[in-house]
Amino acid sequence: MIKPGDFVEARRRLAAKPRGHRDKLMDAAEAVRLVQDGDLIAVGGCCFSRPPMLLIREILRQGRKDLTIARNLMAQEMELFLVAGAVRTLVASWMGPGLPWGLSRPLRHYVESGEVRFEEWSHLAIGLRFRAAAMGMPFLPTQSMLGSDLMGVGSAQTMTCPYTGETLCLVPALFPDVAILHVHRADRYGNCQIDGYPHMDADIASAATTVLVTAEEIVDEDLIKRQPDRTVIPDLAVDAVIHAPFGAFPGECYGLYETDFSHLDAYAAAQDEKGLDAVREYLDRYVYGPPTHQAYLDLFGPEALARQQRAARELVGGDPL
Amino acid sequence: MTAYTASELLCVMAARRLEDGMTVFAGVGLPLLSVVLAKRTHAPRLTMVVEGGVIGCEVVPGRLPISTNEMRLAHRATMLPGITDLFLFAQRGYIDVAFMGGAQIDQHGNVNTSVIGASHGSSADDPARAARGNYDHPRVRLPGTGGANDIASLCSELVIVTMHEKRRFVPRVDFVTSPGFLDGGDARRQAGLCFGTVSQVITNLGLFGFDDVSRAMRLDALHPNVTIDDVREQTGFEVLVAEQVAVTEPPTETELAILRSLDADRRFLG
Repeated sequence: MIKPGDFVEARRRLAAKPRGHRDKLMDAAEAVRLVQDGDLIAVGGCCFSRPPMLLIREILRQGRKDLTIARNLMAQEMELFLVAGAVRTLVASWMGPGLPWGLSRPLRHYVESGEVRFEEWSHLAIGLRFRAAAMGMPFLPTQSMLGSDLMGVGSAQTMTCPYTGETLCLVPALFPDVAILHVHRADRYGNCQIDGYPHMDADIASAATTVLVTAEEIVDEDLIKRQPDRTVIPDLAVDAVIHAPFGAFPGECYGLYETDFSHLDAYAAAQDEKGLDAVREYLDRYVYGPPTHQAYLDLFGPEALARQQRAARELVGGDPL
Repeated sequence: MTAYTASELLCVMAARRLEDGMTVFAGVGLPLLSVVLAKRTHAPRLTMVVEGGVIGCEVVPGRLPISTNEMRLAHRATMLPGITDLFLFAQRGYIDVAFMGGAQIDQHGNVNTSVIGASHGSSADDPARAARGNYDHPRVRLPGTGGANDIASLCSELVIVTMHEKRRFVPRVDFVTSPGFLDGGDARRQAGLCFGTVSQVITNLGLFGFDDVSRAMRLDALHPNVTIDDVREQTGFEVLVAEQVAVTEPPTETELAILRSLDADRRFLG
């Protein structure tokens, strides 16, 4: 793990890995072999939006442990990490199952007992930590977090601004060992395009040493070259490209399918009844059980997937509501 | 007079607080409903921003978002700048007002959405260690700040909107997630915060401001059929009372009809 702010070591890591233009198309199992126990993993998207669910399931299937996970807003996907026993520290601004479902049971269980540490930063602080790393710099200053008890949780510092004399909060660059991201389209070299919300993904990709990307669609390099202004992550930063239609499901992928709230309703209801055992059963059924991504999607069935696609098209596909 | 619930009352009072032409930072749930209500009544030129990274959101009745980063919120927005850049607009000074709730609110307008209490590991004779013990072994681990700290630190004005309960209105929050006036007086400025203020607390009992000097919470107005004693009973600290306590106008039929059409399933209005 790279120490917070250590931009020299982070650059040394980049220099030590292959970065040439090459075909990086592979399956999720092969890509996840690049993840080590104890790694700091940054997870792209935000809350239910573009969670890289295929890569998350594969990391859990391969039994990685002692992970530190960084994500701005954590949701159901992080409950899976917690109950699977894969994670030691969460670096986040928020974690919950979603507004209608109250507090996260797994979060309460593992953090209140002290088994897992929740290193809480403000939402902007998380974003600036990734951006500082993406800039190859050790920190960024902000007016956020000052005076609050968040200053004592992580490694934020204050300094006196040399120009104005004002007090500033400094947040250290966060250099993930691995970034896992889900995007709309990529070519086989790793040039990525995202529709709708950009979230923090482009900064995360530049910040990380190793970048694994799933894409709804693998497109010809020529299509990328015809709209290079749409490319937000360059192939230079990417180590693995995996074709994954519905790769964020049951979360949403902007314009393509909406979050399956009825699925999350059922998941929450099962937890109300059985507590953490419901999450263990969910892991067996949806994570450890299906041998392939297609087998996972078959658990939902084509009707459910089509319903979520229709819902997305109604919202952002141009059909009037 | 039409009957209304406490949630509806909060939404209406928060909506009335907004002026036309403002840029408003809205969270999902009741704050979002308040902004949409204001937009559809007296403030059609409000600009709504949401922390998922949306400027100029519009909401489809019956399809309210449950998180701040769904396509439901991006539908017909004017810009999706990304989360970090959205907050940087707030830091630059483009966001006039924001609504926020919280598990604990104290007499100086500090808000806690992080941790309640210590289960073990705290040390009474070492306050620094005690604070860490609280944080790492809390009695209740809440979801955390999300953008709340940034909103309280960076937006020009913060309005706290919440149900009024004794366990919620505490003398001092267990953990300052989002800064109000910190220890009161000029503590906020002393901590380095150059911008922002908590201008108002809106509850189902009344409207509250803060004393200009001590920055302690003060009752400014009561909702219809609420007494000062009701407020004292439901507040865990000695609340100041303005010399002239006003009485608010109850929600109108129009306001209630709009709210109810937005959340017909009553997922947020309860």
